[in-house]
Amino acid sequence: MQSMLLQLAEGMATSVAIFVLTLLFSLPLGMLVALARMSKSRLLSGLMRIYISIMRGTPLMLQLLVVFFGPYYLLRVNLGSGYRFPAVILAFVINYAAYFAESYRGGIASMPRGQYEAAQVLGYSRAQTFAHIILPQVVKRVLPSVTNEVITLVKDTSLAFVLSVTEMFTIAKAIAAAEKTMIPYLAAGIFYYVFNFVVAMLMERLEHRLNYYR
Amino acid sequence: MYILEIDNLYKQFGGNPVLRGVSLRIAEGEVVSLIGPSGSGKSTLLRCAALLETMDRGTLRFSGRTAAAERDSRSVYAPRQQLHQLRRNFGLVFQSFNLFPHYTVLRNLTDAPVRVAGRSRAEAEDEARALLQKMGLADKAGAYPCELSGGQQQRVSIARALAMHPKILFFDEPTSALDPELTGEVLSVMRQLADDGMTMLVVTHEMSFARDASDRTLFMADGVIAEEGAPEQIFSQPQNPRTRQFLSGVLGR
Repeated sequence: MQSMLLQLAEGMATSVAIFVLTLLFSLPLGMLVALARMSKSRLLSGLMRIYISIMRGTPLMLQLLVVFFGPYYLLRVNLGSGYRFPAVILAFVINYAAYFAESYRGGIASMPRGQYEAAQVLGYSRAQTFAHIILPQVVKRVLPSVTNEVITLVKDTSLAFVLSVTEMFTIAKAIAAAEKTMIPYLAAGIFYYVFNFVVAMLMERLEHRLNYYR
Repeated sequence: MYILEIDNLYKQFGGNPVLRGVSLRIAEGEVVSLIGPSGSGKSTLLRCAALLETMDRGTLRFSGRTAAAERDSRSVYAPRQQLHQLRRNFGLVFQSFNLFPHYTVLRNLTDAPVRVAGRSRAEAEDEARALLQKMGLADKAGAYPCELSGGQQQRVSIARALAMHPKILFFDEPTSALDPELTGEVLSVMRQLADDGMTMLVVTHEMSFARDASDRTLFMADGVIAEEGAPEQIFSQPQNPRTRQFLSGVLGR
């Protein structure tokens, strides 16, 4: 029992690593995608539209497989088993960046035109306007929907099992099969729940901190 | 030299002409009120002057410096960097205030002077506090815009515009979003500014302000300035039948 929990805790560390690395890259990447999607260049905006549509329209599990096996089957490049973990991160990042981009886009589009005009008349450059006037307000506006995605990500980390990355769920499955018991699943469920509980609490606190203005 | 010169301004939206040859000159220290029925083009004229809309045709100059010249019957604007500099000439007070909600009142007044005009924070804050004092809002420096009444927000936005030291201040129906009892406090601040010698162009539905506080009144109808003159003359002896019709409607006589 103890060794099982220990093994699961180790898997948990991998799950947390997937979670943190994914957010670290996809949150800013999502902003770039959103800006490109809203760009005046129809080529850029069109490409982003297609990218977002594919990311949202196909299963994440399939995307994981494509990212991992794609280099070999398409380009005959063998990246070896050391590529498993990077492949997971890459797949998660490009998937979540697409979802975040759509949240950001909604937030940016909801900003009243008067904010841009006031900044322009006061002499702010376009970059200053975005960085200091628009972006802080967009962060507040999109936080609830970003929280939703982040909570989904906690649970999605379990999909890494398809590439045999030893995150928590992969380990739970292995133990359950070896010992013929449901207990690892139950324990894993509790781990995920606690993980999410903490994440939800942190996001709520952040939301609360941004409540100093309307 | 004129602070603002507009010549022969034409502007249409989707084939619908809004301004049809408007010329306007404002000298230093002048307070000009712009009245007329809605849809007559007053706000569009002001927004063209504030570089928020581009003119189809016509010229625009601030203190003799050209923002837009006319070439082949089209407005040709100065390069972006030059327009950026020319924006220092004017400030704009919006109907809907457009304060920055995530900044305190003080920060609303100091952010652009520090970030855009490169003034020191201490200097900008001293001046902001003096402006708030003048607006009767000295105790609101630390408040957020959402904590203020509409009248207070509009006074903050006037102070925000003044903090950039504009040569002319544009007002786009500054009291139209306010309750009548809040309108008074904004108008009295505007009167004070006018008395202090601020150059102002005010689009307004407040006939009392146009009559008592401005040096000159322009009446716009159907995209042209139909009549202009001293307020006493416009309000007591309007020459144009269109002006008479409008004034009898809004003044109820």
